[in-house]
Amino acid sequence: MLPFGNTLRAIKLALKSLMLHKLRSGLTMLGIVFGVFSVIAMLAIGEGASAQAQQQVLALGATNIIVVSVKPPSDSAQAQGSNRGGRSFGLQYGLLRSDYRLLRSLPAIVGAVPIREIYSETRYLQKAPNARVVGCTSQYLDMNHLTLQRGRFISDADEDRLLNVCVLGGAIASELFPYDDPLGKAVQIKSYRYEVVGITQERTASAAIGGSMSGQDYNKDIYIPLKTFQARIGDRVVTAVSGSFSAEQVELNQITIQVREQKDVLPTAEVIKESLTRTHGAKKDWDVIVPLELLRQADQIRQIFNIVLGSIAAISLVVGGIGIMNIMLATVTERTREIGIRRALGARRSDIVQQFLTETIVLAGAGGLIGVLLGLSTPIAFEGIQWVVENFVLDSGTQNSPLSKMFTDMHPQINWFSLPIAFGISVGIGIIFGIYPARAAAFMDPIEALRHE
Amino acid sequence: MTPPMRLAAQLIDLQKHYHLGEHTVKALRGVSADFPEGDYVAIMGSSGSGKSTLLNILGALDRPTFGNYILSGYDVGTMSDDDLSEIRNRRIGFIFQSYNLIAQNTVLENIQVPMLYRRDARRISPADEQRCADLAERVGLGERLDHRPFQLSGGQQQRVAIARALVNDPEIILADEPTGNLDSATEKDIMNLLTALNNEGRTIIIVTHETSVARRAKRQIVMKDGVIERDGMLLTDDGK
Repeated sequence: MLPFGNTLRAIKLALKSLMLHKLRSGLTMLGIVFGVFSVIAMLAIGEGASAQAQQQVLALGATNIIVVSVKPPSDSAQAQGSNRGGRSFGLQYGLLRSDYRLLRSLPAIVGAVPIREIYSETRYLQKAPNARVVGCTSQYLDMNHLTLQRGRFISDADEDRLLNVCVLGGAIASELFPYDDPLGKAVQIKSYRYEVVGITQERTASAAIGGSMSGQDYNKDIYIPLKTFQARIGDRVVTAVSGSFSAEQVELNQITIQVREQKDVLPTAEVIKESLTRTHGAKKDWDVIVPLELLRQADQIRQIFNIVLGSIAAISLVVGGIGIMNIMLATVTERTREIGIRRALGARRSDIVQQFLTETIVLAGAGGLIGVLLGLSTPIAFEGIQWVVENFVLDSGTQNSPLSKMFTDMHPQINWFSLPIAFGISVGIGIIFGIYPARAAAFMDPIEALRHE
Repeated sequence: MTPPMRLAAQLIDLQKHYHLGEHTVKALRGVSADFPEGDYVAIMGSSGSGKSTLLNILGALDRPTFGNYILSGYDVGTMSDDDLSEIRNRRIGFIFQSYNLIAQNTVLENIQVPMLYRRDARRISPADEQRCADLAERVGLGERLDHRPFQLSGGQQQRVAIARALVNDPEIILADEPTGNLDSATEKDIMNLLTALNNEGRTIIIVTHETSVARRAKRQIVMKDGVIERDGMLLTDDGK
């Protein structure tokens, strides 16, 4: 409709008008700037969370099913000591060794790793950090996609011979042995010593999906053979909590199962659930986590997030547009005389519409551009917020809660499609909210306009 | 025997009525006049005489309720808004009492404004720019092309307005109290410029209530109560 040279001149004229009132133009733009920025930021956060969830699930294994023990609520009827074979004391719950034997034999299963874990103080010379002590079998390494840095992992022979050996996670190895070579040294856990035979490669932690305790930070683990764990530490763990003792009796904390193919995952999960319901009866002290399904859920959540957050961002864009329309109406009134002059000199109504509409579009588009540039800084800005939260809001107590871990682990990722779309939306806002003031200007009576002010 | 002259503009029984509720105001009640090319007319009258209404119709800013306004062969009264704009752009050059320059534009840019709204040539070519510069020169402001209105005196601003009125080579120049805001010395300069333009063949119609201005024209029309009371060479120019 308009030849290109004309459009360029119209844009220059619009810029000239806007620059006459820099502060006013700047403030008017803010609504659009924030709206566009928030669209990009929201989508980036959603994208990052989704990518992260995907990564974690893949790390946990798309063909894995994780069966965990769940501690029943302390006031429920299930929280009684069991009377299974002899006197027992304290809370007995969770997966049993018999469960493991049963599940291991199910069809379509190519691997099953039983896991028992506790938190305990570990000691070497003067260093006594707390670590997660994991009793497991030799398959644990591959099933959780861990790699060895040095030495070897737990072997079946270790288990058969009930050897006191251990494998350290990367971070805990550095803590216990800042100067020495860990291999061959003995680490004390509870009443026994364990010889270090290997160290695992450090890897990024995954948040609390499918984790047995509060998320999997593999770097701070110490692995010992499961049979050794059961022999040396046993099923019962006593903890002292504010003056009184409480005890737990757990055979296994987790069984990680690997199925042959991805299509076997959901059916096998159902079979597992049925078996455990049969053997545990009314006692709901277990749960089955399917990473594959978590992925689907995460994707759904991301979509919901995008819609909800996107709508909020859209509302702020609309508010920004209304702000622009308001200012343009005032501008038009202010320039009534000028409109009258131009009309008297031969400007048609469409010329006046074009003049003011271009101004609005340039204003909104500039706001969109700035919003896009700000949006690109989302990852950095988010890290800044995380830093503030980590240092001023969270303390060592709250640091490990699932919510704070989820927050501190978030890494927004810019969705590159969102940039031109957000910019396009800002131009669209300019058009929609600029039409009314532009037409108001165009339909002024030139005679009245010339008499104005 | 003078050869028959082409008419620049013609008014045939012009009437303009305003409807205010139940009340109708008849601002023009049958105005007829011929304006040959090269005419230099001053339209006079007290306020309420209808001279402003007549000016608006002559300037294609308004349409008559009844009657015809023929401008170089076109009946303006029935035209659409876009066509009226075209008429104002090409065939009429406006000069206002308060100059009505665009404050953000330079002298050169102000003169160029009518060129921006030409229907057939919306872009400003180098030849166009030169023409504007020449017109600025013609009115004595060749050295001030990049000045802005606030840097000019009233008289200088009015000169810019005159140059602007000439830029699209209009049929008639329409001036509404062109010297109303100027002192008498500057008034003389501006009126000299208008006389010079008329001597070059331009048709000029001035609306004024000042006798000192009206006498510079070759013909005076006196309006009263919406009709022409007198029309002819009523005043003489003392050549001051």
